[in-house]
Amino acid sequence: MFKQRELNSSERGATWLHRFALVATFSTFVLIIAGALVTGNEAGLAVPDWPLSYGSLMPPMVGGIRYEHGHRMVATFVGFLTMILAFWLWRGESRRSVRMLGFLALGVVIIQGILGGITVLFFLPTIISVSHACLAQAFFCLMVSLTLLTSPDWRQGVPKIEDRNNFSFRRLCVLTTGSIYLQLILGAALRHSKSGIVFHLVGAFAVTVLAMLVVTRVFKYYPNVSSLLRAAWVLSILLLAQLFLGTGSYLIRLATRQDVQPGLAMVTITTAHVAVGALVLATSLSLTFQSYRVLSQANRVRRFSTAPQKVAL
Amino acid sequence: MKMEPGKASLVNTHKILMKGLETIMNPRKFALLFATLTMMLILYACGGGEQKTGETGEQKAPETTGPVTQIDPATAATVTGKISYEGEKPKPIQIRMDAEAACAALHKEPVYAQQVVVNGNNALQYVFVYVKEGLGDKNFEISKEPVVLDQKGCMYHPHVFGVQAGQPLKVLNSDPTTHNIHPVPANNREWNKSMSPGVTPLEQTFPREEIMIPVKCNVHPWMKSYIGVVKHPFFAVSKEDGTFEIKGLPPGEYTIEAWHEKLGTSTQKVTVGPKETKSVDFTFKAAAVIS
Repeated sequence: MFKQRELNSSERGATWLHRFALVATFSTFVLIIAGALVTGNEAGLAVPDWPLSYGSLMPPMVGGIRYEHGHRMVATFVGFLTMILAFWLWRGESRRSVRMLGFLALGVVIIQGILGGITVLFFLPTIISVSHACLAQAFFCLMVSLTLLTSPDWRQGVPKIEDRNNFSFRRLCVLTTGSIYLQLILGAALRHSKSGIVFHLVGAFAVTVLAMLVVTRVFKYYPNVSSLLRAAWVLSILLLAQLFLGTGSYLIRLATRQDVQPGLAMVTITTAHVAVGALVLATSLSLTFQSYRVLSQANRVRRFSTAPQKVAL
Repeated sequence: MKMEPGKASLVNTHKILMKGLETIMNPRKFALLFATLTMMLILYACGGGEQKTGETGEQKAPETTGPVTQIDPATAATVTGKISYEGEKPKPIQIRMDAEAACAALHKEPVYAQQVVVNGNNALQYVFVYVKEGLGDKNFEISKEPVVLDQKGCMYHPHVFGVQAGQPLKVLNSDPTTHNIHPVPANNREWNKSMSPGVTPLEQTFPREEIMIPVKCNVHPWMKSYIGVVKHPFFAVSKEDGTFEIKGLPPGEYTIEAWHEKLGTSTQKVTVGPKETKSVDFTFKAAAVIS
C-alpha cells in the first residue's frame, strides 16, 4: 500500500510560504481590480487628501469614496502581506535570488503606494497615473514569480527537453511576455489620456500573433509537457476573452460618451478588460518561467559560408 | 589572457549593477531605507491632510495695473437677448442617484442632467454670455460680494455661472452627505477640497480670466458645474426662458460670446450708444453637440 512520505519541518515551512505567496498574489489581483474600479467610476479624486482619507483612517464610505478608499484599504493589506512575505523569504528561503525578489517586491509596493499618493495630490497627472497602472502590473508579475518559485513543484528538478528550434521557445516566451507588458502600458495610456487607440490596436495585433505562435509551438512540439500545455490552453482562452473585452470596452465607451455618469455595464466591461489583461500577462510570464525550467537550448553547430571551420556555440 | 576593452567595460558595468542591487537588497540597508521612507510619510501625514474649510484660498487676487474705470449710470448701456435651440430637442438624461442613498432620498421626482436644457419656445438655458472683446485694457472694480455655489440635492446650484477674476467664490454644502469640490482649470490653480455635511463654507478665488472652468464632484460623478471667470462685470447666464441681460456697459463696440457646454460657442458684434439697449439673439443648432 502506498504510504505518503511525511514532510519534515523545513518542507512544511516551504509549503506554508508558498501558500502565503499565493494569498498575496491573489490579493494583488484583487487590488488591480479595485484600482480599475476607481478609474472606471471616475473616483480617482473622490478623496482629496493622502495618505489619510478626509483626515481620518475611515472616511464615510459613500459614492466615489467607496472605490477610492476601498482601493487604499486593499493596497494597505497587500503592502502588509508583501512585507511579511519579504521577511519570511529573508528568514526561510535558501535561494538568494528569491530572497532578493521578495525585497524587490517590497520596494516596488512602497513606490507604488507613493505613486498612488502623488496621483491624488497632483490631480491625476497622466504620466503618473499611467506609471501607477504599469507598476501595478509589474508588481503583479513579481508576486506571480514569487508564487511560482516558492511552489513545491518548482523545487523538484525535472528532466530537461532539448529545444532544437532556431528561434528558441524560451526567447519567444520572453518576447511575448514583454510585448504583453508593453501592450498593457499602451492600454493604460489610452485609459488615462483618452488617446492612442491606434497604437493599442497595433499592440493587440502583435500580442495576438506572438501568443498564437507560443500556443501553436506548445501544441506542436511539447504536447506531453503538461505544465506548458496547461499554460498554453489558459493563455489562448484568456487571450480570446481579452480580445472580446477590448472590443466591448471600445464600443461601450463610444455608446456612452454622452452619459453624465459612468454606467454599470461600462465599468464592468472595462474593469474586466484590465483584470483579464493582468491574467494574460501572468500566464505568459508563468509560461516563460516553465519554458526555462523544462527546456534546454540545443548545442548547435553553425556553418559560416565564408569560413570553412565549424564554430560550436 | 587580456580582455578586450569593450568586453571589460561590459563586465565592469555588470559588476557595478550587481553590487548596486546587492547594496539595495541588503536587508539591513533596505530596512533603513524603508524606515526613512516611512518617517517621511508620517511627517507628511502630520503636515498634510484635509484643509480646514472656511480658509481662504491660496490664490492671490489680481492686482489692477491701471486706474479703475468707473461706470457712469447716466450713459450705461444694456445688451439683452435670447438663446434659442434649433433642431430636435434632446431627450432628457435621467441621473441615477440610487448608488448613494443620501442623495436619492433628497428627491421625490426623477432628476435630469442639465447639460442641454431646452425649455418651451426652444429657449436654451445655462448659456454663459459675456463681453469677449471691446473693453480694451480697462480695469473694473472687482466685486467683494461672493458668488455662491451650493451643493444641494447632490447637484450644483447654479449649474453655470460667472465670477470676476479675484471675486470671492463661496462654496456651501447644504446636503446631508459628503462632497468633494474639484474645479479643473487650465489657467488657474487646480484645487480639490472635501466638504462634509454642515461644514463651514469654503471661500476661494480665481485670479485669472478663463472661459470656462469645469467643476466636478468625484464622489458623485453626475455633479458638474461650469464657472466663467472674466476680468469685468459684463456677463450673464441665460435663464429658463433663454433670455439674458448684460447691464451697465460703457457705450462702445463689443464682441459678445455665448458659450454652451455641449453646443460650443457663438459670437456676435454689437454697438451700443449712451443709455441704449440693444438685443442680440443667439441660436445653437442640434448638430453642433460636442462629445
